Amino acid sequence: MLVVITLQGITKIYRTGEVEVTALQGINLHIARGEFVAIMGPSGSGKSTMMNILGCLDTPTAGEYILDGVKVAQASRKALAAMRNKKLGFIFQGFNLLPRTTALENVELPLIYAGVKRKERREKAIEALKAVGLEERIRHKPQELSGGQQQRVAIARALVTGPSVILADEPTGNLDSRSSEDVMAIFQKLHEQGNTIVIVTHEPDIAAYTRRIVRFKDGRIEQDEALAKSEEAPA
Amino acid sequence: MNIAESIRIALKAIWANKVRSFLTMLGIIIGVGAVIIMVAIGNGASKNITEQIQGLGSNLLTVYAGYSYYEGEGVRVMRSAPTLSLDDAAALEQGEHIQAVAPLVNTYGEVVLGSGNTQGSIYGTTAAYLKVRNKEMQWGRFFTDQEVADYKRVAVVGSRVVESIMGSMDPGIIGRSIKIENVPFQVIGVLKGSSTGFYYEDDIILIPITAAQLRLTGSKEVQEINVQAVSAEAMQSAQEEITSLLRKAHKLAPDQGNDFEISNQEDILKAMEEATRTMTMLLGGIAAISLLVGGIGIMNIMLVSVTERTREIGIRKAIGARESNILGQFLIEAVILSVIGGGVGILFGWGGSALASRFLGFPAVVTVSSVVLAVTFSALIGIVFGVFPARKASVLNPIESLRYE
Ligand SMILES: Nc1ncnc2c1ncn2[C@@H]1O[C@H](COP(=O)(O)OP(=O)(O)O)[C@@H](O)[C@H]1O
Ligand SMILES: [Mg+2]
Repeated sequence: MLVVITLQGITKIYRTGEVEVTALQGINLHIARGEFVAIMGPSGSGKSTMMNILGCLDTPTAGEYILDGVKVAQASRKALAAMRNKKLGFIFQGFNLLPRTTALENVELPLIYAGVKRKERREKAIEALKAVGLEERIRHKPQELSGGQQQRVAIARALVTGPSVILADEPTGNLDSRSSEDVMAIFQKLHEQGNTIVIVTHEPDIAAYTRRIVRFKDGRIEQDEALAKSEEAPA
Repeated sequence: MNIAESIRIALKAIWANKVRSFLTMLGIIIGVGAVIIMVAIGNGASKNITEQIQGLGSNLLTVYAGYSYYEGEGVRVMRSAPTLSLDDAAALEQGEHIQAVAPLVNTYGEVVLGSGNTQGSIYGTTAAYLKVRNKEMQWGRFFTDQEVADYKRVAVVGSRVVESIMGSMDPGIIGRSIKIENVPFQVIGVLKGSSTGFYYEDDIILIPITAAQLRLTGSKEVQEINVQAVSAEAMQSAQEEITSLLRKAHKLAPDQGNDFEISNQEDILKAMEEATRTMTMLLGGIAAISLLVGGIGIMNIMLVSVTERTREIGIRKAIGARESNILGQFLIEAVILSVIGGGVGILFGWGGSALASRFLGFPAVVTVSSVVLAVTFSALIGIVFGVFPARKASVLNPIESLRYE
């Protein structure tokens, strides 16, 4: 079993003026290649905080995070940018697409920063958009797409560089149930293709797509359970 | 990622935010354009006035009739009497620093030719006028000293007078008899249009001074005497000479003040230059304010868009942009906007100056220094306020940028 993510004693304390909030308290976690993990737990339990640390978008106050064998804390800012670019694909609840920029250009962006040549990156971006079923919408701008479509563009953007891990923080939080199903079907497919996926969700329906559920409470892992493998996606 | 990619990203960002980009450029365009136009007008005005004064005649001194003062028993008494005469003019001709002398009486009156009539300044003078005042003939000839001595009723008119009474610039006016304040005069010449831009210079009727005194003013009074010095260097000596010759002619005692005033073209020029410099500075001040307003406009737009741009930076960093990528993009964006805005601003300023020239009646002169100053200043504001927030945002954690409100 190849470990992609290792968290050891990860602690995150937010300081706002006088007040200190301990969002994470000594989190230990291993995620292996090809795993499909759901992070669950009540609001404010530290799920997003951990995801941001996993995505190298934020730094822990203490503890060690090893991604693909690299100690993240020791990486330079340049190396961090490269990790976010190549090893990680992050999907936000609020999509975070560049406004007034076409789906294709949004998906091409990580490839531009990766230094991929024009022709190749166009092909890859179109391929990624096909994978999320948006080949018909590549020239559309975010404001011309539904929430579900925007989230699929964001997924295409996350997977276009072929990352080691796809991280999604409540990706269906802003979507209706129909769009949520579409999006989850995509994650399901990505998982079947061998991608490592970590997804935060409130909803048991969504979590049911995954193979492992990690429950958070008050900044700690309360429960970590593997689900029985079923060959079919739940309805 | 190479520089071509950075430029492409910057161009896409500019295009994706057309309104913001346009408003930023507008700030630069207004700032640059206004400075160029204002400075051009100031410069043009100053050049124009200098040329006009020089066009009035070379090495010209003008003596005006004044009032005589004398002091008796501790009291300064003013005797108000016209003090210049044709004899004074004759006396001045003796001066060795004096080249030519043209006495002048003037009145304002009606000129009639058949059904055509106009109002104009009527000057009585002598043959020397043409030379002293740098005038040239368009058609015909000027009157001679003999005609002046003979009280001849002949007239030389300015081009606008011809247009007014003939309906057009018609050489047929030569030889016609016109009535000046009901007195018939024969037109013997037409002056060439003035190059100085003083319209009233072309609205004049010149007649022998003797005839003017006899027929029109009815007095021996001379209002001014135009004196041409032999050279520019001799202006000062000529002025002293005029003073002593006139004091002698007027039999003024040493304790009495001058009963005339001498105005020196150089002094006028200096005074006018001073005045136009003040005006240029005023216009420059207005221009500086425009530049500031344009600059504040740029700052405003840049700062207002910080929230959106900070989020954009967060997104770009989250998907793998380096700090150098972000800074490069913002710098290139600002430079592109400044260059385009500056370029359009120069065109705008140039066109505006040309347009202003039409309305002002004198050419506005665009100077390179104003262009350079305006473009540099605007570009600097554009770049500083485009890059400064980007720099701040680029060192934030991506998640902080994304959370930025
Ligand atoms: N930027 C922040 N500054 C201060 N406190 C924060 C910040 N972000 C999150 N927190 C706090 O940390 C705790 C965990 O938040 P979060 O990770 O967002 O929870 P979840 O995603 O599970 O709802 C909460 O108490 C929250 O208020
Ligand atoms: Mg959350």
